[in-house]
Amino acid sequence: MTTATDSPPTQRPPNNNSWPRRLLAFIRNTWRGLTSMRTALILLFLLALGAMPGALLPQRSLNTGKVDQYIAQHGWWGRLLDQLQFFDVYASVWFSAVYVLLFVSLVGCLVPRTFEYAQQLRAKPVRTPRNLNRMPHHASSTTDMSPEDVVATAKSRLRGWRLTERTEESGARSISAERGFLRETGNLVFHFALLGLIVAFAIGKMFSYEGQVIVQANGSQFCNSGVYAYDSFTPGLRVDGTQLTPFCVKVNSFTPTFLPSGQPEQYRAAIEYQSGADLRTGQWRPYQLQVNEPLRTEGDRLYLLDHGYAPTFTVTFPDGTKRTKSTQWKPADQTTMLSQGATKFDRPGVTDPEQRRKTQLGVTGLFAPTAAFQGPVLSSSFPDLRDPAAAVDIMRGDLGVDSGRGQSIFEIDQSQVRKGALKRVARENIRPGQEITIDDGTKIRLDGVRRWVALQVSHDPSQVWVLGFAVALLAGLGTSLVVKRRRLWVRATPSGSGDEPGRTVVEIGGLARTDQAGYGEEFTRLSGELLEQTAASHREEN
Amino acid sequence: MPVNQTWSTFSDYAYYTAVVIYVLAMVFCTAEQAFGRERRNAGRRRSRELVGAAGPPPESVDTPGISTGQPAPAGPRPVPERLGRMGIALTVLGVGTHLTSLVLRGLAAGRVPWGNMYEYVSVACVTAVIAWLVLLRRFSARHATTFLLLPIVILMFIGGTALYTTAAPVQPALQSYWLVIHVSTVAASSGMLLVPGVASVLYLIRRANVANPQRFAKLSGKLPGEDMLDRIAYRTTIFAFPVYTFAIICGAIWAEAAWGRFWGWDPKETVAFIAWVVYAAYLHSRATAGWRGTRAAAINSVGFAVTVFNLFFVNLVTTGLHSYAGVG
Ligand code: HEM
Repeated sequence: MTTATDSPPTQRPPNNNSWPRRLLAFIRNTWRGLTSMRTALILLFLLALGAMPGALLPQRSLNTGKVDQYIAQHGWWGRLLDQLQFFDVYASVWFSAVYVLLFVSLVGCLVPRTFEYAQQLRAKPVRTPRNLNRMPHHASSTTDMSPEDVVATAKSRLRGWRLTERTEESGARSISAERGFLRETGNLVFHFALLGLIVAFAIGKMFSYEGQVIVQANGSQFCNSGVYAYDSFTPGLRVDGTQLTPFCVKVNSFTPTFLPSGQPEQYRAAIEYQSGADLRTGQWRPYQLQVNEPLRTEGDRLYLLDHGYAPTFTVTFPDGTKRTKSTQWKPADQTTMLSQGATKFDRPGVTDPEQRRKTQLGVTGLFAPTAAFQGPVLSSSFPDLRDPAAAVDIMRGDLGVDSGRGQSIFEIDQSQVRKGALKRVARENIRPGQEITIDDGTKIRLDGVRRWVALQVSHDPSQVWVLGFAVALLAGLGTSLVVKRRRLWVRATPSGSGDEPGRTVVEIGGLARTDQAGYGEEFTRLSGELLEQTAASHREEN
Repeated sequence: MPVNQTWSTFSDYAYYTAVVIYVLAMVFCTAEQAFGRERRNAGRRRSRELVGAAGPPPESVDTPGISTGQPAPAGPRPVPERLGRMGIALTVLGVGTHLTSLVLRGLAAGRVPWGNMYEYVSVACVTAVIAWLVLLRRFSARHATTFLLLPIVILMFIGGTALYTTAAPVQPALQSYWLVIHVSTVAASSGMLLVPGVASVLYLIRRANVANPQRFAKLSGKLPGEDMLDRIAYRTTIFAFPVYTFAIICGAIWAEAAWGRFWGWDPKETVAFIAWVVYAAYLHSRATAGWRGTRAAAINSVGFAVTVFNLFFVNLVTTGLHSYAGVG
């Protein structure tokens, strides 16, 4: 599109219109309307507007809990917004409609423009206008040179311009020159890259997946062998989780460093991994996993997302049997890493289900990496392990783990407590090495604490393409905004009989084809030089 | 690396000094406006005639020569002009002080000085003022300096009070060379986009005045011509927009490394996207019949509003992954 014309010429349909014709006309007009500049503009607006609620309202894709809370707080209004997909903006019908329309409009706009572009590539610069002094930029003078020499001089000066020479009917010689065609190239590259980027993005949405898993940093392993290995898994539309790239990871240790203020400085996990051929040979390769430095292997990426503590409890039952468990507790406060959780025990040797349900133990409460007591209330004053302590409730009875309902590993089932099936038998603060003895003689000891890391595996086969298109987009954009399209004409006319004989009138005209200002300076310089070179005697400029 | 308290303190002094200097510069430029109306109006009449003469918008308006850098024709300069020049000199001094504050911040914290909102606002503001000074070499819009400095001073005031953060290293997610590239380019391009934002608002004011001479009657006479405002807005936008695009792409690359996905509709990403689309609409509007002029200016103003919204609302109210540690 050279000049932006929109609002297609509305042709009045002839009277004898049969309905297929009318339909055709309707389709044609719709298409023209859809691919017009004004429609593109309006759609761009709608796209911006439509994306807005995604920033203002909580989104399911980011945080389901917040969405539920929002809906609960806002009653029918929240439910209405939910019905209208305001909590899934980027998957909503209306948002998709806008970008699909924009996509169609873009294709519809680019196809004809590409043809036009190809034609223009071959076309000669337009004929020199009759009245160059009507051009926005204009200069002229007379010289002793012959028109041929003037044209030759001008040609050598206009190197880099696309130009053609013509001899006019009046005997005058002229040059039409054009420069900055690259602008159109850049513009097309930009829009095509945009198209490519959208397609690559959409393909990514189909074939990508993301899975999160918590692994204890004591040499524990995780393998990308299937969905079941993950705590949570978000597949793309075409992913069923059966064909994950196999690789395994072993987390040996996790080392956070903190500033004295408690602000984290760096997180590092020393891991080993196996992928590809290593899986057969059993070789492990070491890697330092850090924030900002994911492990990239076999087209997958492994990220260190989060960390936390897993207190280790040993329960010694009255009969002398022991059970030790380190269940991860989750940070309740990210700045102090005060954590909460529940570590659950079955009494060993009890096989009768009735009995089992009476003797299960839950150790639940708070864990502080650096204990700070306000009276008996535990809080944490620093995120690192300096002086760990836990404030726990010991619950005995039926944990409800066999009830068939899914249970969070971070808490005990409160409905069991309300039913009276689970009773608190002790509440104490405890430090590593200390133990709590409950009424039946069972001892619960806090042995120590382990660290865990939250890992994420991401897979997106098309993201390199997105990057490639983004780079092309930027290059096209830069080119099209920097390059100016401009035209220059030179006409050398032998002076008429009335004037001094043997002289040539040199006229130069210029026109900037784009919005961009600044051609004036270039024109003044260029025309000045041209006229200088043709040895102007009576020079006039305006 | 420990924080150097002395440098940090001097950085703060330099920051406050810069704000004071900008305010002084505003006073001088306003004084020029107040006293220098007659002459300027004469000048504007001249440029109007030029507009009338040539069909398409004349490009001669923005040729250098009438701008600050050129010596005045002859004789002593009139008082208003001297005031205006002093205003510009003060602005330059303010930029120097402002830059000093940033350099000291960086030295104090041992990292690039754009790791939290306070520093970000500071970088954006200094870029805006520098962009304006560069533009003044081409456009004789000196007397509009006040209107540019007004939002700068407000932003810097908010930055220095509500958003102020003591110098400190940044948290793990921000420790990446992408911080250097992404945040600096976002801050710089947002700062630069403040200029077309202001120019477009002024344009709209002038237009409103043309439509109804009673509205903004006093203000409008003090502004540069519509044509010049339009051109200032366009020129700056086409420079800042690719930089902004680059910044968003860098942000996506960084997000891929830090958060596991290059784009996730995090509130900040979303609003950045919206601003980008609005500026794309602005560029389109300039090529669409019937949308140039007022509508284009309105779109550009909206674009700037979105940018500011992104800075304040999204950083302070919503919670996303984008964390500028230590605010509030
Ligand atoms: C998908 C959304 C679109 C975006 C984000 C977009 C973005 C842009 C941008 C940033 C520019 C200015 C840079 C340049 O000149 O290369 C531009 C220019 C242009 N776009 Fe688009 N565009 C979109 C869709 C379209 C569509 C659908 C059309 C056709 C109707 C179109 C036609 C044009 C034209 C003709 C120009 C050149 C304007 C000029 O010469 O200044 N664009 N576009």
